[in-house]
Amino acid sequence: MNTLEIRDLQVRVADEEETGILKGANLVIRAGEIHALMGPNGSGKSTLSYALMGHPRYVVTGGDILLNGESILGLAPDERARRGLFLAMQYPVAISGVTLYSFLRAAVSARRGYGQRAHESDGEHRRSPLIPGREFRQEVRAEMAKLEMDRTFLRRYLNEGFSGGEKKRAEILQLALLKPEFAILDETDSGLDIDALRIVAASVNRLQRELNMGLLIITHYQRILNYIHPDFVHIFYEGQIVKSDGAKLAKKLEAEGYDWVREQFV
Amino acid sequence: MTTKHDDLRQLKDQSQYDFTTTYEYAHRSRKGIGADIVREISALKDEPPWMLDFRLRALDIFFKKPLPTWGPDLSSLDFEEFYYYLRPTKSKARSWDDVPEEIKDTFEKLGIPEAERKFLAGVETQLDSEAVYGSLKKEWESQGIIFVDMDTAVQEYPELVRAHIGRVVPIADNKFSALNSAFWSGGSFVYVPPGVQVDIPLQAYFRINSQSLGQFERTIIIADEGSSVHYIEGCTAPQYSTAALHTGVIEIFVEKGAHARYSTIQNWSRNVYNLVTQRAVVDADGSMEWVDANLGSGITMKYPAVILKGPRAHGEVLSIAFAGAGQHYDAGAKALHLAPHTTSIINSKSISKDTGRSGYRGLVKVAKGAYGVKSKVECDALLLDPGSRSDTYPYIDVHEDDVQIEHEASVSKINEEQLFYLMSRGLSAEQAAVMIVNGFLEPFIKELPMEYAVELNRLVALQMEGSVG
Ligand SMILES: Nc1ncnc2c1ncn2[C@@H]1O[C@H](COP(=O)(O)OP(=O)(O)OP(=O)(O)O)[C@@H](O)[C@H]1O
Ligand SMILES: [Mg+2]
Repeated sequence: MNTLEIRDLQVRVADEEETGILKGANLVIRAGEIHALMGPNGSGKSTLSYALMGHPRYVVTGGDILLNGESILGLAPDERARRGLFLAMQYPVAISGVTLYSFLRAAVSARRGYGQRAHESDGEHRRSPLIPGREFRQEVRAEMAKLEMDRTFLRRYLNEGFSGGEKKRAEILQLALLKPEFAILDETDSGLDIDALRIVAASVNRLQRELNMGLLIITHYQRILNYIHPDFVHIFYEGQIVKSDGAKLAKKLEAEGYDWVREQFV
Repeated sequence: MTTKHDDLRQLKDQSQYDFTTTYEYAHRSRKGIGADIVREISALKDEPPWMLDFRLRALDIFFKKPLPTWGPDLSSLDFEEFYYYLRPTKSKARSWDDVPEEIKDTFEKLGIPEAERKFLAGVETQLDSEAVYGSLKKEWESQGIIFVDMDTAVQEYPELVRAHIGRVVPIADNKFSALNSAFWSGGSFVYVPPGVQVDIPLQAYFRINSQSLGQFERTIIIADEGSSVHYIEGCTAPQYSTAALHTGVIEIFVEKGAHARYSTIQNWSRNVYNLVTQRAVVDADGSMEWVDANLGSGITMKYPAVILKGPRAHGEVLSIAFAGAGQHYDAGAKALHLAPHTTSIINSKSISKDTGRSGYRGLVKVAKGAYGVKSKVECDALLLDPGSRSDTYPYIDVHEDDVQIEHEASVSKINEEQLFYLMSRGLSAEQAAVMIVNGFLEPFIKELPMEYAVELNRLVALQMEGSVG
């Protein structure tokens, strides 16, 4: 059984005086499970997702992250990605001059082992560093159609001038093409209009089923959870998970806010 | 990864020596500089007296001119240390089997066509140009287009050459233009008749021989009224130079309503001083574009210029430079606005890594009476590590009120968030950095014909190898 396990994780920001942001987070996500993570602004949710992905600014000072039983703390972000971890970011960055098409093709090729995998079996070393264009185009167009994204985006520079919602859709397009085992969606819902949320959620659900993916959905609102039904809801507060329960916990938060959490856990 | 990189670097740094020692020359002048050599060259080429005269005058001026007092340090440049005329044998210089494996490998990596490989490796001293462009040549001839090497032009079109040589770049412009004028050899001569549009870019390597790849190429391009032409010089393969001093002179004449573009991809080996003077004069409603990529050589000084002498003439200089360890570029552009409503765009992008230095030095000049001028200068520098350096020296000299001149400059580092983003999608640190750098260069690269764009992307990747992580 595939698992993503966060064990007593402690994280601080590189070059900052401050003490840690994550103060011993614990969570186990198994393949096929959907977890929702909710918590007030600044509680450390994005920090957790960056740390999981291996962002160099977020230094792990204690605890461990295990992917399928193996620690990934020593791995660079690209190695984590190639092992099947994916992070849809809260604020995707723009890269000028790099088209969405060439970026996606390079990423998909890296994830699928093009360029490094020599074909020992037939004794032939495949040098092609990229997935064949025709095959890739077909695939990317099909996924874009499902996300109702216009094809012209492929020729645009990565996230440059994309609207907030367009960026989020492009993140899910990447998810669809990279087919991870575990995905963290950091506030993918914010910025999406009502129709877009439905479309994106449908794609996430489909992929989740097809890939039996483990999901961690970070959100502030119940709304997205009406489409993507979580098996577990966790409350994140001051750098740790303070309460876990079923889907009803999200409804309680929506109705009551975080005051009761504060009272209970401070 | 590092070993591959080291191999390539070694190859880049050393191979030129390997090659030179095995080259055989049909003729080689004595080492050093002097009137005897000028006479020798002229006699060997069987030149008319006016050409010899031009060369001798130039030599005189060369001796009198001082070295530039600004820019890169040229103090270790000893003019007596070079050979000023080398003529390779017509026969095969070496066999393909003797070419070192690493070099074949590099050609392979760069995807260079077979015919070109043999030539570059010194197996062929003459490209099989009939095979490469035989049918094109007939077509050009039927349109009245002249496209020959300069030595041929002096013999076959002496009046045309005589009327144009030294007219945009005077002998006395600078010490290196004088040196070139005295010792020039090879280069191209292009004439496009009025109204003729040359659809396919004229590529220097169609007609190149190792001699014209050489030290002192001299090129003249004349785009007659209403014509258009794109000329591409250089190839992206490492060029194994036989001499460490290159001073080219390129003169372009853009007549009324004509359009010319000159693209260079310079990838000389690292031991080379690359000191080039290239300049175009543009008449009314004409336009000229210099597209200039510099990846090789040790020291480069070049400032492509547009002299906008007719109303509404337009000039552009787009350039990129990638300075690695031990490389210093002092490159830039000049736009001289001599007539009303002339416009210019200068766009310079540089990348520096491993203590490499690249500088932009530019001049925008507006003469009295040249009203309604618009000029836009944009310089962007990307530093890949703390040891590298970038400098900007913009000069503006305006003698007219009604002008609009913009200047923007930026220096940036590789952005950590961008690197992380790409890596989180599975790209290695190096792939990610290459992608960001290619993105930075994209506005330039998209101006190149497809096959050059692809090769330039690969070259940038080679330069980047081992630079991150
Ligand atoms: N790079 C950084 N430099 C300095 N402080 C940081 C950095 N990253 C995070 N922090 C701080 O750590 C805390 C947690 O931030 P984080 O972005 O993880 O919160 P969050 O739970 O995702 O909040 P939100 O709901 O607003 O997205 C905040 O106080 C934030 O200011
Ligand atoms: Mg956040």
